Amino acid sequence: MRKFLMSTAAVAALFAAPMPMAHAEESVEVLHWWTSGGEAAALDVLKKNLEAQGVTWKDMPVAGGGGEAAMTALRARVTAGDPPTAVQALGFDITDWANQGVVGDLGEVADKEGWDKVVPAALQNFAKHDGKWIAAPVNVHSTNWVWISKKALDAAGGKAPETWDELVAVLDKMQANGITPLGHGGQAWQDATIFDAVVLSLGTDFYKSSMIDLDPAALGGDKMVEAFDRMTKLKGYVDKDFSGRDWNLASAMVIEGKAGMQMMGDWAKGEFLKANQKPGTDFVCIRFPGTQGAVTFNSDMFMMFKVGDDKKKAQLQMAADIEDPAFQSSFNVVKGSVPARTDVPDTAFDDCGKKGIKDLAEASSAGKLFGSMAHGYAAPAAVKNALYDVVTRHFNGELDSKAAAKALAEAVAAAKG
Amino acid sequence: MSAASQDVATRNSIFVRAIIYVVLILFAIYYLLPLYVMVVNSLKPLDEIRQGNMLALPKQWTIAPWLSAWSTAQIGVQPVGLKPYFINSVLMVVPAVALSTILGALNGYVLTKWRFKGDNIVFGLMLLACFIPFQIVLIPSARILGLTGLAGTITGLVLIHAIYGLGFTTLFFRNYYEAFPTELVRAAQIDGASFFQIFRRILLPSSGPIIVVTVIWQFTNIWNDFLFGSSFSGFNSIPLTVALNNLVNSSTGVKEYNVHFAGAILAALPTLIVYIVSGRYFVRGLMAGAVKG
Amino acid sequence: MADLTTTAPRAVTNPRATLQDLLPKIVLAPSFALILIFVYGFIVFTGFLSFSGSKLLPDFSTWVGLNNYVRLFNHPNWITALKNLAIFSVLYIVVCSFIGLALAIFLDQKIRGEGFLRPIYLYPMALSFIVTGVAWKWFLDPGIGLEHVMQSWGWESFSFRWIKEGQMAIYTIVIAAVWQSSGFVMAMFLAGLRGVDNEIIKAAQIDGASTLTIYRRIIIPLMRPVFLSAFVVLAHLAIKSYDLVVAMTDGGPGTATWTPALFMQKFTFGRNEMGMGAASAIIMMMMIFAIIVPYLYSELGGKKK
Repeated sequence: MRKFLMSTAAVAALFAAPMPMAHAEESVEVLHWWTSGGEAAALDVLKKNLEAQGVTWKDMPVAGGGGEAAMTALRARVTAGDPPTAVQALGFDITDWANQGVVGDLGEVADKEGWDKVVPAALQNFAKHDGKWIAAPVNVHSTNWVWISKKALDAAGGKAPETWDELVAVLDKMQANGITPLGHGGQAWQDATIFDAVVLSLGTDFYKSSMIDLDPAALGGDKMVEAFDRMTKLKGYVDKDFSGRDWNLASAMVIEGKAGMQMMGDWAKGEFLKANQKPGTDFVCIRFPGTQGAVTFNSDMFMMFKVGDDKKKAQLQMAADIEDPAFQSSFNVVKGSVPARTDVPDTAFDDCGKKGIKDLAEASSAGKLFGSMAHGYAAPAAVKNALYDVVTRHFNGELDSKAAAKALAEAVAAAKG
Repeated sequence: MSAASQDVATRNSIFVRAIIYVVLILFAIYYLLPLYVMVVNSLKPLDEIRQGNMLALPKQWTIAPWLSAWSTAQIGVQPVGLKPYFINSVLMVVPAVALSTILGALNGYVLTKWRFKGDNIVFGLMLLACFIPFQIVLIPSARILGLTGLAGTITGLVLIHAIYGLGFTTLFFRNYYEAFPTELVRAAQIDGASFFQIFRRILLPSSGPIIVVTVIWQFTNIWNDFLFGSSFSGFNSIPLTVALNNLVNSSTGVKEYNVHFAGAILAALPTLIVYIVSGRYFVRGLMAGAVKG
Repeated sequence: MADLTTTAPRAVTNPRATLQDLLPKIVLAPSFALILIFVYGFIVFTGFLSFSGSKLLPDFSTWVGLNNYVRLFNHPNWITALKNLAIFSVLYIVVCSFIGLALAIFLDQKIRGEGFLRPIYLYPMALSFIVTGVAWKWFLDPGIGLEHVMQSWGWESFSFRWIKEGQMAIYTIVIAAVWQSSGFVMAMFLAGLRGVDNEIIKAAQIDGASTLTIYRRIIIPLMRPVFLSAFVVLAHLAIKSYDLVVAMTDGGPGTATWTPALFMQKFTFGRNEMGMGAASAIIMMMMIFAIIVPYLYSELGGKKK
């Protein structure tokens, strides 16, 4: 009701007193799927910033399916000739929309604020199209994290694993100690998130040739069979009820000490913090063993659509506000991710956040920052989902490792065609 | 209700009747179980849910999840709860149900009392429309709404829902009016009554049961729709189902299951009330014609 | 008006046609025109899409012939989806009809508390699966649901973990789907039973027929039109089943519970394969029409006499 009254009041004010203040009419309509708890609260900061500058925020949230429902709605909006001002989007979806010729141009504000210098090149591949800035990156999630219960780790020797063999040793000890070693939710995207890290642990070159370049030889080769064997090994450490479990319930298993560790992106940290756990004392965050120095990323961006001149100013304002270092810091502290700008001070972040910022900068400068396949930053949607099918079928025992590698090469080839 | 089949019943033995009662009660439990899960867990604090016994009664009762779902839960960027979205759904559902019901009644009237060559083909085509998967009409509908300037408005949503409800409403009314004595219509015609007079004075007054069935059916379907609601609404016309979905389906946020269940029950209250209040008329209405086709 | 003349040429050529004669068709015309455009026009549009190379949005600049259909039937998920549809729809329709009829007959025995029980049976139809799906998922989850509860009550060997098993998961979808619609089918049968003519039964009773015989030989055969109505409603719900699958398993474990509707949605809107999505939609439409058209033909053809 409040919203209804507010908008009524706003309309009434508009008609009653046509004020000369131009900014009274400026607004942005934002389609996104950050609809609950911390993530929405984090976005509210941006809304308040804009409103302080006289820009009204028209909220158009559509959650579900990791953005799939929002992308469905977006198709309807664009087809109707009525696109929102800004849309939360990921990776290759941005490129796909840019190819349709419906996105806007943020060059004016990007040039003025020097985004080229502060946003990692790997992100620019998506946020820029044909040399033009079309999207404003909000954050960088990295997906090759492992979250370990400190108590369970201490019981298993206390040393965080740094190689695949050490990881297996720790998992074995946890199993011997009577807990579920690996807390995991059996949903296609979660299986694929682990698969990302496993492939990366077999070498950054291998990750690049198989996941980014989609080289058929790498996809169906012996090394891929090894990757699937590692997945089989990990499957041996999950409990029998893993299938279909939400990722946050898997986090809860680690928090409660029922499970030893979870392999998940850094949004999982929010669950630990919300349960009053402290990094270092209650839980430990490490990179997936064997992937130290490299980062697979997933970055939330606001893709800007072509809008009329009346809305252009507000759109640019929004883009500038997103890249404001203060916002980048406050938003990402809440969200658990790290800033998309590499020049934001890490003072407000906890230990895991500080490590994330440092890792990102290092990986970026060493050329070891790669888009995450599981989260749409390595290949377009059709290929990504074809990989989901194979990885999840293998993880659920429908395919053995050899058959999976062969099926992967075939499925990717079919999806590309 | 002194229907014939019930007379058979009186001859059953006590033993048979006991079995019947047991079966009926077991099925009642089956139907109530999910609702029980939802209600019980909506009254627990989140910690208790995490511990895992979902069939247990709350150790610590709380209505905080309900209050949160209603007015403070995060739906978009604002913590407003489901409250503001109720009005959008009502503004959408009421005209859409009214429009599709009125058109359905008129169509049924024409198709049974003013028959013409090819009327069965027209009816058949309208009936087939019930069975179209809505996903395939999304993009072309969006185009038409865009061209007519109705994109993102409640009017547009009303129109789309009314159109895709026409198949069912026409079916219901046609089957009902089929059984209505045509002689009465002919007699009124001879007396000089006009097309609309006959409809208003002769058919409409006895259409109560079928109107109930149609309204329930349409109300439920439109109230619960998500696909059209999420695709064709604008920032100020988001219907309740989309808001509920936003509450429940956050991607990487913390999932407050107790709030989700409370919200789900809140969002379903209007349809639940409609079913419970008019359940009796519903069967009567179905009896009066809807099932005959 | 243009549509009117094409559908009813007789009325227009009739020289005695007055406004009163035309009025019924004028009233019908807008609805019919809207249906023609919004249903049949869009089906044709989808047909064209299925032969195009559309990815993110409709794109009629590239034509790929039957390629989308070839890719569709070579895709393991589509084959899984078709198998699941066969299992799901047969079980769903049979079980719903059986439970619906049984409950209706039982409820028709002058039951005390009928007014209380009936809404309990009916209410699931009123709820959206966005959330009841979550309740079902929990209930069927062995870790927190039925199995857990039974074991904690002392029945240690109790095992019910279908939702976690690729081979069995589709049956859990049947359980939830039957939960949602069997009450509605019950209402249809109950209405049918209450409409049975008194005299026939009286006569049978005088002849000394047993209760069972009366139901088996007289009343249930009279339910034929209800069976048909129920079949049509259930068949179309089965083919369109989407919300339910998404909420309960989202196609998992693995790809074990994919259905055609899920396939269409995911390929069109999730995987940016609009051409293939359209091809799957056309196959679905063909399946639906293959069921409904013969039914309509027999129903409408029969009534003409």
